Amino acid sequence: MKVLRAPLTDEDIRAVAEGEEVLISGVMYTARDAAHRRLAEAAARGEDWPVDLKGQILYYTGPCPAAPGEVIGPAGPTTSGRMDPYTPLLLSRGLKAMVGKGRRSKEVLAAMEKYGALYLVTYGGLGVLLADRIKRAEVVAYPDLGPEAIFRLEVENFPAIRPTASYLQR
Amino acid sequence: MGRRRMLCISRNKYPKFIPDPEVVKELCLRAVSRLPADVRRALEAAREREEDPVAKRTLGLILENARLAAERGRPLCQDTGVAVVFVELGQEVRLVGDLEAAVNEGVRRAYVGGYLRRSVVADPLLRENTRDNTPAVLHVELRPGDEVKITVMPKGIGSENMSRLAMLKPADGRKGVINFVLETVARAGPNACPPLVVGVGVGGTMERAAYLAKKALLRRLDEPNPRPHLRELEEELFERVNELGIGPEGLGGRTTALAVLVEAFPTHIGGLPVAVNLGCHAARHATAVWRPGRGWEVQA
Repeated sequence: MKVLRAPLTDEDIRAVAEGEEVLISGVMYTARDAAHRRLAEAAARGEDWPVDLKGQILYYTGPCPAAPGEVIGPAGPTTSGRMDPYTPLLLSRGLKAMVGKGRRSKEVLAAMEKYGALYLVTYGGLGVLLADRIKRAEVVAYPDLGPEAIFRLEVENFPAIRPTASYLQR
Repeated sequence: MGRRRMLCISRNKYPKFIPDPEVVKELCLRAVSRLPADVRRALEAAREREEDPVAKRTLGLILENARLAAERGRPLCQDTGVAVVFVELGQEVRLVGDLEAAVNEGVRRAYVGGYLRRSVVADPLLRENTRDNTPAVLHVELRPGDEVKITVMPKGIGSENMSRLAMLKPADGRKGVINFVLETVARAGPNACPPLVVGVGVGGTMERAAYLAKKALLRRLDEPNPRPHLRELEEELFERVNELGIGPEGLGGRTTALAVLVEAFPTHIGGLPVAVNLGCHAARHATAVWRPGRGWEVQA
């Protein structure tokens, strides 16, 4: 099975076929609703972002807090479509791949085409199984957002699938 | 002093019920980490039946995740939800204390002390996190007798967001209800984390239909509605939802729903409200019953 590791190149992205399962190892950043909104607001004010997403993989998740002895609490994917209004902006700044669950808007699919980016899905509701693939986790931005903060994760063999057209279609 | 004496008698006649936050806390912690036995059995049966290899494997992963979560006492899913709490209060108990405050205190203890995700914002537009997952969404129903039943359903937003309600015309009838349910499941696709438990509320008024749909999600998956025409409707919907081909996690296959559960209520001559509340495969809920002289008992 193919292993993806950020920073990703255009070639890495083109090599993943529809319906193909891959493994992600190395770094992923997290962001969900509130973090996306903050990034968009920062961009509108012309401020720098607290993380450089160029070539990176973004995982849409808001984990449970880590219990004693855990790297991170359960951390499955959240519904990607809620991030759609912000995604073209992130892609225009070099984000290369997103991991979540569910469908994307036409605008996002078009922006992925334009900037050369990959959308992957992983298993919704498998919080424990997926958290076991996360080996390190630290908050790197917006700690006041709690589960919605931006985390830098180091993962090993984190499973994801490039969805087919029928998955993405309504 | 006859009146005073009567008051004393009536006071003593009814058992004193003091709502206990610890019970609510235990139910929250249990619900987020342990699938109800009927849900687990339905997932196992679906895995047996499933012919699509990807779907079969995905159902295996869902069961493996559930096993690990129960073993570690940790949430199946990071979205530990809004705590929806149902209280059936026997009207022959004497409630001493503040029921809603006790429920919220139990939720607070579970979500803060139990390392669960706090997902509630205080205002839907201002969106500041309350940091303890309160308030719960509390529903209280009066019942005959002197028992008290509390059920906690941690409801995730992935499936909640894809739920819908329609005020159909009486002429739309059974067919209209079926079409609305199928359309709702198809629109939800992979977003709601299938295989789903589909709760359908038909009749009543707008809010009653929604409430029936939510309560349907608490029913045992293997017990059809006792009314024959509703049981037949459940069977037809189950068949047709699973013909949609969405499959576990939306990756294709036969298992789009684990069950379709329909609840009905009398309605107006001019109306046919229908609500569809989708539940994800982490169909979580836990119940405890209080009986006078026996205290609380958690239901398996």
